[in-house]
Amino acid sequence: MVYLIFKRLVQSAFVMLAVAFLAFSLFRFVGDPVSQMTGVETSTADRERLRDELGLNDAFAVQFYRFSTDLLRGDFGYSYRTREPVGEMIAKRLPATLELGTFALIISLMIGIPAGVYTALRPNGVASQAILLTTLIGVSIPTFVIGIMLIFLFGVQLGWLPTFGRSGTVQVGGWTTSFLTIDGWRSLILPALTLGVYQLTLTMRLVRAQMMEVMKTDYIRFAMARGIPTRSLHYKHALANTMVPVITIIGLQFGGVIAFSIVTESVFQWPGMGLLFLESIRFVDIPVMGVYLVVIAFFFVLVNLIVDLLYVAIDPRLRVKEAA
Amino acid sequence: MLYKLWDSDGFWLFRRRPAAIIAALTAIAILFGAIFAPWLVDTNPYDLASFSLMDGLLPPMWEEYGTSRFPLGTDDQGRDMVAAILYGARLSMLIGIVAMAIALVLGVSLGLIAGYYGGRLDAIIMRVADVQLALPAILTALLIDGIARGVLPTAVHQEMRVIVLTTAIALSLWVNFARTARASVFVEKNKEYVQAAMIMGQHPLRVMLWHILPNIMGPLLVIMTVDLASAILLEATLSFLGIGLPADSPSLGTLIRIGMGFLLSGEWWILWVPTMFLVALVVSINILGDFLRDVFNPRLR
Amino acid sequence: MLQVTNLTVKFPSRRGEFTAVENVDISVKPGEIHGLVGESGAGKSTIGAAIIGLLQSPGYVAQGEMSLHDTNLRTLTPAQAHAVRGARISMIFQDPQTSLNPLMRIEDQLIETMQAHEDISDADARDRAVALLSEIGIKNAAERIKAYPHQFSGGMRQRVVIALALCTNPELIIADEPTTALDVAVQSQVLDLIRALADERGIGFILITHDIGVIAQITDKVTVLRGGKVMETGETAKILREPEHPYTQALLAAVPRLDKKIDRFLVPATEADVEAPQIISGIDAEAWLLDGGVQDPIGLQAHDITVKFAGERTSLFRKPDSFTALDSVSLDVRAGTVMGLVGESGSGKSTMAKVLTGLVQPSAGTMTLGNDALPDAKSRARKDQSRRIIQMVFQDPYSSLNSRHRVGALLAEPLWLYGLENDAAKRRALCEAMLSLVGLAPDAIDKYPHQFSGGQRQRIAVARALLARPRFLICDEPTSALDVSIQAQVLNLLKDLQKTFGLTMLFISHNLAVVRQMSDDITVLQGGKVMESGGSEPFFTNPQADYSKNLLSLTPTL
Repeated sequence: MVYLIFKRLVQSAFVMLAVAFLAFSLFRFVGDPVSQMTGVETSTADRERLRDELGLNDAFAVQFYRFSTDLLRGDFGYSYRTREPVGEMIAKRLPATLELGTFALIISLMIGIPAGVYTALRPNGVASQAILLTTLIGVSIPTFVIGIMLIFLFGVQLGWLPTFGRSGTVQVGGWTTSFLTIDGWRSLILPALTLGVYQLTLTMRLVRAQMMEVMKTDYIRFAMARGIPTRSLHYKHALANTMVPVITIIGLQFGGVIAFSIVTESVFQWPGMGLLFLESIRFVDIPVMGVYLVVIAFFFVLVNLIVDLLYVAIDPRLRVKEAA
Repeated sequence: MLYKLWDSDGFWLFRRRPAAIIAALTAIAILFGAIFAPWLVDTNPYDLASFSLMDGLLPPMWEEYGTSRFPLGTDDQGRDMVAAILYGARLSMLIGIVAMAIALVLGVSLGLIAGYYGGRLDAIIMRVADVQLALPAILTALLIDGIARGVLPTAVHQEMRVIVLTTAIALSLWVNFARTARASVFVEKNKEYVQAAMIMGQHPLRVMLWHILPNIMGPLLVIMTVDLASAILLEATLSFLGIGLPADSPSLGTLIRIGMGFLLSGEWWILWVPTMFLVALVVSINILGDFLRDVFNPRLR
Repeated sequence: MLQVTNLTVKFPSRRGEFTAVENVDISVKPGEIHGLVGESGAGKSTIGAAIIGLLQSPGYVAQGEMSLHDTNLRTLTPAQAHAVRGARISMIFQDPQTSLNPLMRIEDQLIETMQAHEDISDADARDRAVALLSEIGIKNAAERIKAYPHQFSGGMRQRVVIALALCTNPELIIADEPTTALDVAVQSQVLDLIRALADERGIGFILITHDIGVIAQITDKVTVLRGGKVMETGETAKILREPEHPYTQALLAAVPRLDKKIDRFLVPATEADVEAPQIISGIDAEAWLLDGGVQDPIGLQAHDITVKFAGERTSLFRKPDSFTALDSVSLDVRAGTVMGLVGESGSGKSTMAKVLTGLVQPSAGTMTLGNDALPDAKSRARKDQSRRIIQMVFQDPYSSLNSRHRVGALLAEPLWLYGLENDAAKRRALCEAMLSLVGLAPDAIDKYPHQFSGGQRQRIAVARALLARPRFLICDEPTSALDVSIQAQVLNLLKDLQKTFGLTMLFISHNLAVVRQMSDDITVLQGGKVMESGGSEPFFTNPQADYSKNLLSLTPTL
């Protein structure tokens, strides 16, 4: 088991290294960093000096090593556009995106799992069919359209909730949070719903499919033949076995949540990392793009490591040695 | 294959699923409309000369001031909405299908190789897939577009937008195919018909393409439909974010972005007509994908 | 105790209703083991599922009465039926690997089952569970009860399954192929356990099996089923000794005998798919084969073959344990004879086939084919002539033929691959002739494999092997996926071909009785080592190694 975790750590490190390399290549090969930093009036000699100072004339491997160690130390370089340190820019935007993503994920799990179980246990019921059709439409509507619809309904028509921005935030240490004021919650609801709907439908369909498979296995049929009470059969035996594969995929989905937060943030003008990334693409602000990549990959890898640990906790086959 | 589908339990299932039939009809109708758009409508939304500002902001025909010349109304430039969505769908579907096809060929080839040879080659391909997986589709597509902006001069980038967009979408979708193909090959490889072919000394290419590939088409077909839907959604999303196609060659996503400007005014149709059209298209494809999933699920047969 | 009369079960389907079970009567007394025997499609599992009320949807009981003592099983509400399951009727499934919830300790599964049916405290339930596990032969039960299912071996796991079925003291247990997934030695222990439970606790058993040997070993009564109908029923001893129904007679005749070697099997004459009409004669194919020099027998020797598989790495500091699948195994297949290779699952017999065919690389050892060295997997070129000379027939006819291509395309592969026949029309004619030779209609050439039954597919597989003009044929469990009557046909076919063409054969099987019918020499493998090797008849009459003696004595016989 220790080895399993070790193996995953090595794999994660590899993914991070590859993404760092990608970010580095972006920085190094897309556009010329020097001409980005200097104006037209800078002389060739000055440019060459800057080039030397930045270490752009060093060997490729040396540069990459320096880039990676800088990243590890938390030194993320400077934005071409605003000349601010990228680290600070990201850190300022990080809480908005993480809170949005987490809340959306919670919504999707809290509704998606029970709905999946329900439709798996009553596959032919009217309610199940209705839920299934709704979710099929749910996965087919682009996130931004869902956002527009919600804005139209709750913002424009009913006027219940704010339609853009992040208000009512409170500063706690270095972290700005929406969770502490009513205003904060009110501005969080629509974006989080928008982001959550797609994940919700995915979760539900996945849980349903897995649960239906599990319900057909021999051990469930044997439990039925032993007269195990239906409630225990469904929730203790079947659901636990359903969750084993489901949590892996939910881990992978977290990446999707972060990615779609780009769209959601754009629709709701939510001041998170996604919006920052979009702006940086529009202005070809390479350092910000690169660091955003690295940060996203880091969260993805982290969540999947946690998922692996959960996996070990749920499944004794990974925890307990086989005996002859 | 077609004959078998027709004759099989699959087609029988199809006949008993009204949702699948409606979806198939809708998808075929939209595809037909998109392909034959130039012959179906007499205005060309890309051609400024074929429409007039005078006709701007006309509502659909059933509303007051609506006219039967523009059944679904016009936008602020005076473009016929019907022409706009048909041409938009033409572009969206073209990009979607080509991107899906590239992803299919790339992903299935890598998946077959990884699954068939295993070992180090497999490890390398799957680690690349891991990295790709850590960067979700939208992000990859945005990134490739961003790189293209940085590398290509602005004029060239504008011209190559369709190609950049298609490549970006294709590259963000191949992992799905690769993982599915690889997993299926691992199952098939241990089946006796593959072992028999290996023992005989068949060429590895023949074993992969003639023996294994036809046997893993089922799950791949499902991924194809699902990914076609994703590709169309992705294109719409990128265009909506203003990164995809520009306003002078509007895809469905661009149309929706333009329509967003009219969200708060009375001209609802400029937003909702392309939106509903896009949703109808993707819902149909997804319903078909769902149906195929059931057909190819051996436990249901 | 259990009384089933006139039971009919139907499955509505797209093409009308399918009657799986028709007018079946069964009665079971306490302490009695009632066997249900039949080939696939006989409806025996459906009867079991109907009695316990777990018919797979959309099947339903169309008519008939089922009662357990004075409880009418057909009129129970779903809740009442659920209460009866476990408490009064329980069930044992075929595969112990899949019939236990992998995420729960067996302790919890046992306690939960008891508490589902009676008001009993955790501590009392645990005590009873421990006592029960000890009783059915799990050592150190107080400790082992804390284990998860994957920590038990196959045989032990089946005991846990039995304990779970027993822990509520049911009156009737339905055992559906309870030993089919187990090796002979473990099978015999589990069967003894079932017999003991019937005798000591007075539990009635319905034992569902396809294996007449199992029926002979422990049942009191037997019902022979075919196509959902009862062929014959009565005392086991009597039916096996003097079967009255022609089907039973044919079935018994088709079962390979462990106690003597016979020349040909009698085949049940009523089998529909036997011996298709011969339009084109197989003579052309026969002539072609003889022409190709198949008649010169070729021998094969393997010396000290060792195969090691790397284990899964589980620790950073320890090297992964390697698993020795074959340990210095030598094999001498004399030209023109049949060598039987015998062993239980995991003995390495299939690995040996893979070494010979070049799928698995041995870590040591040499091979010779005829007078030439036979290169091992890594050094065997794709065009090496041994790839044609050695052909193989696999175990599972459902997976050994690529279901996406027509039979003709599959059969033609060896012809063009080895450059034996370059003209497409001649290839086709030859394939048709070969199909006739193996007893199939030549029009099979344009069909897909899924249009054939298991036995017919195995004939196609044999035809394809022959189209390579082989001189050495490896048969890896060629009949263990087939019903006995079909097995008899395929074995007859293999015998005929071997005789006609003087093929040298390696016949791999776990079934000793089948091997006795087929082989001239025999090699017994256990855990990757050769236990005994020599002439076949001497082995069966006078085995030398203790392992062989044990194996022979545990194999159920008629």
